[in-house]
Amino acid sequence: MAEKIATREAYGSALAEFGHKYNIIVFDADLAEATKTIKFKKEHPDKFFDCGIAESNMLGVAAGAAAAGMIPFVSSFAMFAAGRAFEQIRNSVAYPQLNVKIGATHAGITVGEDGATHQCLEDLALMRTIPGMVVMNPADAVEARAAVEAAILHKGPVYMRFGRAAVPVLFDANNFKFEIGRGVVLAEGSDVTIAATGVMVEQALIARDLLANEGISARVINCCTIKPIDRELLTAAAQETGCVVTAEEHSVIGGFGSAVAEVLCETCPVPVLRVGTEDVFGRSGKVPPLMELYGLTAQNIVDKAKRAVAMKK
Amino acid sequence: MDSVARRELQKTAANVRLGILEEVFNASSGHPGGSLSIADIITYLYFAEMNVRPDEPDWDDRDRFVLSKGHTCPALYAALAEKGFFPKEDLKTFRHIDSYLQGHPDKKHIPGIDMSSGSLGQGISAACGMALAGKLQNKSYRVYTALGDGESQEGQVWEAAMFAAHYKLDNLCAVLDFNGLQIDGAVTEVMNPTPLDDKFRAFGWHVIVIDGHDFDQIEAAYNEAKTVKGQPTLILAKTVKGKGVSYMENKAGWHGKAPNADEYAQGVAELNAYIETL
Ligand SMILES: Cc1ncc(C[n+]2csc(CCOP(=O)(O)OP(=O)(O)O)c2C)c(N)n1
Ligand SMILES: [Mg+2]
Repeated sequence: MAEKIATREAYGSALAEFGHKYNIIVFDADLAEATKTIKFKKEHPDKFFDCGIAESNMLGVAAGAAAAGMIPFVSSFAMFAAGRAFEQIRNSVAYPQLNVKIGATHAGITVGEDGATHQCLEDLALMRTIPGMVVMNPADAVEARAAVEAAILHKGPVYMRFGRAAVPVLFDANNFKFEIGRGVVLAEGSDVTIAATGVMVEQALIARDLLANEGISARVINCCTIKPIDRELLTAAAQETGCVVTAEEHSVIGGFGSAVAEVLCETCPVPVLRVGTEDVFGRSGKVPPLMELYGLTAQNIVDKAKRAVAMKK
Repeated sequence: MDSVARRELQKTAANVRLGILEEVFNASSGHPGGSLSIADIITYLYFAEMNVRPDEPDWDDRDRFVLSKGHTCPALYAALAEKGFFPKEDLKTFRHIDSYLQGHPDKKHIPGIDMSSGSLGQGISAACGMALAGKLQNKSYRVYTALGDGESQEGQVWEAAMFAAHYKLDNLCAVLDFNGLQIDGAVTEVMNPTPLDDKFRAFGWHVIVIDGHDFDQIEAAYNEAKTVKGQPTLILAKTVKGKGVSYMENKAGWHGKAPNADEYAQGVAELNAYIETL
């Protein structure tokens, strides 16, 4: 079985690593142990600033530091970064197009035992409505590291979503290419496209095998960047496979599935069925049963894929 | 300060006030009250205190100013125009569809604006970030910010106050425009934020209380702030909302309302008459 690493671990390691290569500073709000910015703090103590439990101020401080020419990363849980500080992100960071990188960890239902107050299922929706914001949701540790470096090299605000739970390493670090805004076809297929992001990419690959057993050929696309979304790749996939299933560890309202549907209803209207949480809050529990309870498994993707295929004209 | 310098600042401030009226009148909207109360302080900052270059607004080593009470940008725009950052004629395009002079400060499009603001409580955090960056980059620039007394009801102001003291941002100097009024009435009646001097002191700031319309006191306060080490400074400036336009003074109703043509003419006449006395 593949090695398992949480994307937040990869995020912290990447910050520590790239802190030697690029002139970045890091802010956290009393969660450095959890967000893993602690790894950066250990290697670059004079470039790490704890803001205390004051996320709104943290985003504003980062905006000011960026206005004065620095490249600040800010970290907290997705709930408190995208949620609590939404308006600071919109008005202080994004409106002046400042070079702030938001590393939001503990996104989604895979927070597990902490439950609904900490399981942010709305951050992709919130962040992608903000003009000029780049939104990324890496699927594994390799992609997380690449996303961090791409964020540093990109000029402007970036939101990155990382998970708490250890997840399999899907990609080969030795020949991994990453570009903001580019989706990647992980496996070819002709009957249906499964477009997935974040931890659901693994489920999409499993679903593809299950569908193959039933004679259905599924293409799998990994969309790490949710904004700007890869319109061309998704449109071509819709044209060639005739239906699409999206999969995300986020509400089906406003997130990745919505973004895909928005594109396809303009470029190639085909059946688009979304896998995600269904307009509900999460709850406490272990991750695997939570994924089952909230319909975030490979089997859920398989079921929707079969329905999507049946809906084709 | 010598009498010539004082008179020059008073004259410039009166011109800034004329600019405020011109902006708000031609926009038929905007916030004259709090612009007039902060006008003397902003005039002092741009004409006696801050190291800035109108022909190079993004100069790396400039002093920075964040108008945390962003709705009072008519005062800031008028001062920037007076200083030569952009043409004074443009003031009458304030808030127009084809103008760069947005209803609230817009860093991306307005020369001399160091930070976008308008959502109260956020500017002071950005000022903290700039001050921190200045220290990290070993720059000697100073960072200035202006807050409203109503604005001090925002929790983020106190998060930022804690941050500034914690990181010993002695290159940061905030002024709080204590005009006593916000939209719904007197600050002490809407949600009493006083005593603000004691609160900021308790948060670890050096506090100086002044009359915000007295240039000698303004100068003394900003000079004192530069001598303070290891702490940020708050200048608590007692002011009159609507200062300089008789019918607007101390009236909450003039917070966010434009004068009509007669009122405008009267305000202009009063300010011109004042300039004549200088
Ligand atoms: C977060 C936020 N809430 C509400 C407003 C609307 N608003 C604009 S000005 C104002 C009153 C400000 O009062 P004060 O800070 O005392 O400003 P001044 O008297 O100097 O004009 C309010 C509530 C806003 N701009 N931002
Ligand atoms: Mg006030």
